[in-house]
Amino acid sequence: MELLSGGEMIARAMEDEGVEFIFGYPGGAVLHIYDALFKSCKVPHILVRHEQAATHAADGYARATGKPGVVLVTSGPGATNAITGIATAYMDSIPMVVLSGQVMSHLIGEDAFQETDMLGISRPIVKHSFQVSRTEDIPEIIKKAFYIASSGRPGPVVIDLPKDLTNPHDKYEYNYPKKVKLRSYTPAARGHSGQIKKAASLLLGAKRPVIYAGGGVVQGNASEQLRVLARELNFPVTHTLMGLGAYPASDRQFLGMLGMHGFYEANNAMHHSDVILAVGARFDDRVTNTCSKFCPGAKIVHIDIDPAAISKTIAADVPIVGPVDSVLTDLLAVIREMRQADSSLPDASSLKHWWSQIDEWRDAHGLWVKPRYDISTPYIKPQQVIETLCKVTHGKAYVSSDVGQHQMFAAQYYKFDEPRRWLNSGGLGTMGFGLPAAMGAKLAFPDADVACVTGEGSIQMNIQELSTCAQYNIPVKIISLYNGYLGMVKQWQDMQYEGRYSESVYENSLPDFVKLTEAYGHVGIKVTQLSDLEEAMKEAFARKNDLVFMDIHVDPHEHVYPMHIAPNGSMRDMWLSKTERT
Amino acid sequence: MRHIISVLMENEPGALSRVVGLFSQRGYNIETLNVAPTEDPTLSRLTLTTIGDDHKIEQITKHLNRLIDVVKLVDLSEGSHIERELMLVKVRATGAQRAEIKRCTDIFRGQIVDVGPSVYTIQVTGAADKLDSFLEAVGEAAIMEVVRSGVSGIARGEKVLSL
Ligand SMILES: Cc1ncc(C[n+]2csc(CCOP(=O)(O)OP(=O)(O)O)c2C)c(N)n1
Ligand SMILES: [Mg+2]
Repeated sequence: MELLSGGEMIARAMEDEGVEFIFGYPGGAVLHIYDALFKSCKVPHILVRHEQAATHAADGYARATGKPGVVLVTSGPGATNAITGIATAYMDSIPMVVLSGQVMSHLIGEDAFQETDMLGISRPIVKHSFQVSRTEDIPEIIKKAFYIASSGRPGPVVIDLPKDLTNPHDKYEYNYPKKVKLRSYTPAARGHSGQIKKAASLLLGAKRPVIYAGGGVVQGNASEQLRVLARELNFPVTHTLMGLGAYPASDRQFLGMLGMHGFYEANNAMHHSDVILAVGARFDDRVTNTCSKFCPGAKIVHIDIDPAAISKTIAADVPIVGPVDSVLTDLLAVIREMRQADSSLPDASSLKHWWSQIDEWRDAHGLWVKPRYDISTPYIKPQQVIETLCKVTHGKAYVSSDVGQHQMFAAQYYKFDEPRRWLNSGGLGTMGFGLPAAMGAKLAFPDADVACVTGEGSIQMNIQELSTCAQYNIPVKIISLYNGYLGMVKQWQDMQYEGRYSESVYENSLPDFVKLTEAYGHVGIKVTQLSDLEEAMKEAFARKNDLVFMDIHVDPHEHVYPMHIAPNGSMRDMWLSKTERT
Repeated sequence: MRHIISVLMENEPGALSRVVGLFSQRGYNIETLNVAPTEDPTLSRLTLTTIGDDHKIEQITKHLNRLIDVVKLVDLSEGSHIERELMLVKVRATGAQRAEIKRCTDIFRGQIVDVGPSVYTIQVTGAADKLDSFLEAVGEAAIMEVVRSGVSGIARGEKVLSL
């Protein structure tokens, strides 16, 4: 048996766990750990320029790969800087393990230098957390942390590590467990068969069905099962912001995103449906609009791994708790059996009326049928930028985004055909997420195109990471939609505050982003004419080994539509343009 | 409706703060709370009372179950159960009041556990509403201090909450 110090145990456990990257930042409380990494660890460490970026990069890596992202930060300010990224991962159920340094055990509670109660501060935004109190426990705690983070409904796990427990002199037996069991934690392995039968008969009897699928399908690796089931039933599919890519956007059965900025046909299909199959979605307020007016005629089947997500805001008629992949597989099997046993059951062609209604909605206002934005202005339209991006990357890129109008345009106009390509902070809505998340994805898939769609506001929240990209050669493409405003804030001020732009205007304070990028040793391209857009973007993506910052000047006054009418609106109540509403 | 939720959880540092934090984070209220070790030193038992409609109570139990430290829980109010709370009350007791308070204590099957020249300290146990009635009977004017343990409960019959 091998004897290792606490620091060495951590380094070794990262290897034994198969970790591919550690995103971190050193400081006093974690110096023993960093020394152990330096001496022996085979896992590469990415030194970010701010701990928030470490968490977002780990998160982007996790979203793109499905494997937990790993973060290492020091105590005090290192730990608190990581909080926003932990909360971001928590809200979107992203697996992550955060190792945070802590002051020496005997100093805890004494307001020691760089002491902060990390377990207390992070408690509401973690799936679980551990404070290590004995060095011998480190391997098992790390194994448990990875298991908890990545099983059931995934989420971030924090391990707080007092400095004395990692010191190089005290060595203990190291034995990395192959498996751990927790008596108090057993995520459901299968859905209840009786409930699945009930769901099957409801679905087979539906006249106006719709599948409403969320991020749980992506995180639960159930895209394939969803596709097979939807095609077998000929049901229309709509995605939440988090679900995009789980069902192929280019498929005819896909209605686009639903919700606040959802597609007209998707929101209407929901509103008029008689049966909703909700899969790995949580009836978020950005989806439902006013709960009491939500889909008045619909019976709801709700599949989720987390019982607490079911009937939280909207009551389910048939709740099914279980992993979405296995439940969908079982559901499909039952549906096939039932159809075989009873040939009088309606088949896919029985939805003809429903589909012609949906196609009518799609023709009237669908965003992909023809441009719904005003092309009479002299500006490049932000929608055109995303359409061009999708074209140039053949719809196959990993696309992260920040938060704002650009994010909604990316969600509406980039047609994701694969899951785990759309990397986006949906739950917390964290500006500053985009660039580090793209870095995590690019590190995981160095040969793939990785783009960060951002705004001149959001990008400045983690722009320092251009330096990290220079150090580790991470050639992501930054597609910055420059509108000179905190555009989404401005849109709300236009619509609800009579155009009083309280603190949403930059005036002449913005940097020259091309020069700024060049200062970091990267390439910057400024685009102001639509005629230059596609060529410039092709050039950017042709530069495989360069980080390219595309500073694209777009219509400063564009709004995102459709937009739910709120408060008191239903799913189908929408603004369709600045002047037109349902 | 008032519910008594009894939780078996890992006897780990931080476990209690997760439960209490959940309630404040999600806007649920806690009426009473108590927690102590069980016959198994690795487990502690937490009992809390809360008020809410069925939807809220369902959410509370689901979210409690989601906590990794929570091993098992039961909503005791769903079945027949025994509920107890212990209360210590210090009352001003002088002159004719001394006999009156003594009588009242007997009626409620309480005990006078400490006696001073002008005060009694009384112990009363029972369901929460019995303790409320006792306080009412003694009267606000006489009461100097009230300490209540919070509700404990256990199911009747064979049913047990254990591993
Ligand atoms: C950290 C953080 N702070 C504030 C907000 C609120 N917010 C949402 S969108 C937005 C404007 C974003 O501006 P920009 O990045 O330029 O994008 P645009 O809307 O102009 O496309 C703001 C301030 C947020 N989501 N995140
Ligand atoms: Mg902007």
